[in-house]
Amino acid sequence: MKFPADLKYTKDHEWLRREGNVAVVGITDHAQDALGDVVFVELPQVGAAVKAKGTFGVVESVKAVSDLYSPVTGTVIEVNSSLPDNPETVNKDPYGQGWMIKVEMSDPTEIDGLMSAADYEAYLKES
Amino acid sequence: MTETALKRTALFEQHRALGARMVPFGGWEMPVQYRGVLEEHEAVRTKAGLFDVSHMGELVVDGPGALDAVQRVVTNDASTLEVGQVQYAAMCLPTGGTVDDLTVYRLGPERYLLCVNAANIDKDFAWVTEQAGATPGATIRNESDQWSLLALQGPRAEAILGGLTRADLAGLAYYHCTPAEVDGVPAIVSRTGYTCEDGFEIFVPWNAGPQIWRRILEAGAGEGIQPIGLGARDTLRLEMKYALYGHELDETTTPLEAGLGWIVKLDKGDFVGRDALAKQKAEGIRKKLVGFEVEGSGIARAGQTIHRPGDAAPVGTVTSGTMSPTLRKPIGLGYVPPDLAAVGTALEVDVRGRRVPIRVVKTPFVPSHTKKAA
Repeated sequence: MKFPADLKYTKDHEWLRREGNVAVVGITDHAQDALGDVVFVELPQVGAAVKAKGTFGVVESVKAVSDLYSPVTGTVIEVNSSLPDNPETVNKDPYGQGWMIKVEMSDPTEIDGLMSAADYEAYLKES
Repeated sequence: MTETALKRTALFEQHRALGARMVPFGGWEMPVQYRGVLEEHEAVRTKAGLFDVSHMGELVVDGPGALDAVQRVVTNDASTLEVGQVQYAAMCLPTGGTVDDLTVYRLGPERYLLCVNAANIDKDFAWVTEQAGATPGATIRNESDQWSLLALQGPRAEAILGGLTRADLAGLAYYHCTPAEVDGVPAIVSRTGYTCEDGFEIFVPWNAGPQIWRRILEAGAGEGIQPIGLGARDTLRLEMKYALYGHELDETTTPLEAGLGWIVKLDKGDFVGRDALAKQKAEGIRKKLVGFEVEGSGIARAGQTIHRPGDAAPVGTVTSGTMSPTLRKPIGLGYVPPDLAAVGTALEVDVRGRRVPIRVVKTPFVPSHTKKAA
């Protein structure tokens, strides 16, 4: 299982990649593996407001439904519109083609409260 | 919180070695998936899959009164069974509510095996004993911990099993069983399943489970066999509209409501639940099981409410829902009033606060490929 060092991680198993004032968000390799085959992804509209630790969508595998939680507060400026038709991308490439939303952050210092890759791996081991 | 130890089948170590993800199911620790639900589903539909279903229960009724005892508790007419024939049936409460659904095997002239759901083994054994235990000349035993049960399902099933037994598999008709040696182990091979593909269910002594499991996987390696978990077992049965106890059937639901009138033989003589079922048949059912496709965006899940379009008050409930791997669209089963059960009826499901349109469709959702009866 991979946890790229340039990403930040949440306890809800989302990742965040900072691109200036924009946060790219998806779910981790661990999350996609635990879910199993992803068959449905529901994402917000562009322009939607999201809050740190608030839900922004839903991902479903054959068996299970999981809420998606935003790591940061801000406004959704782009969603990965290919996912609803190709939900398996989340399994195949969770950190790349499987990204979910891009958020214009209202408070980038929220990132400081997220976990590093090493912290996240340690968190997975103890949970 | 009290923690009850989960039971394990004889194949637990095999599942672990194959990298299965284990989950609690009906009091058992069972594999939910090995390589992925979609891939496993596809393997069963196109090649072959092997399931450990040893968690299911085996109640054996024998003696000169065995048929009387079985007839007392099941809704179907077991008197029509020849030796080596199998029948789907239900057991009902006096109210008509369903105690369990099961398969009845006539293993000998005076010997029947009732194969019941894992979560209901203790309840069913107590129920059969209470209702039929006093039948003269009948003994009822719970042999659930003596049998491993493997299901080999898919178009390549006969070719694979044929390499391990001399039994005449080609001559074994759907819903028939035969004693056979499989890899030298005494077994009961039954042409039944829960997938709507051709295939077999194989009863072997508990401790022989791992050997037979390994040998079937080896024999099927060239055919593309895969071990199959409960995840794909559920999507496979749902595409066929097969009922799953606890979802489509429970003690408040009758077999008539579940669309299983064909296993309720009111004219076979008295049985537990007969009066209530006869009354319901005469007066009409209040709810009816339907299959539906989701026409909007979303997957309907068990427990969500069904509505007339735009109506706040629910008219029914989803009992099972998933993404159909074969159709690649969301499908489900649910109960609705009979006047809303016609194919083509447009309804809505409340998916976590959002109304999603659904439409009642013909079932099964996919064509059946089981072997035709002889």
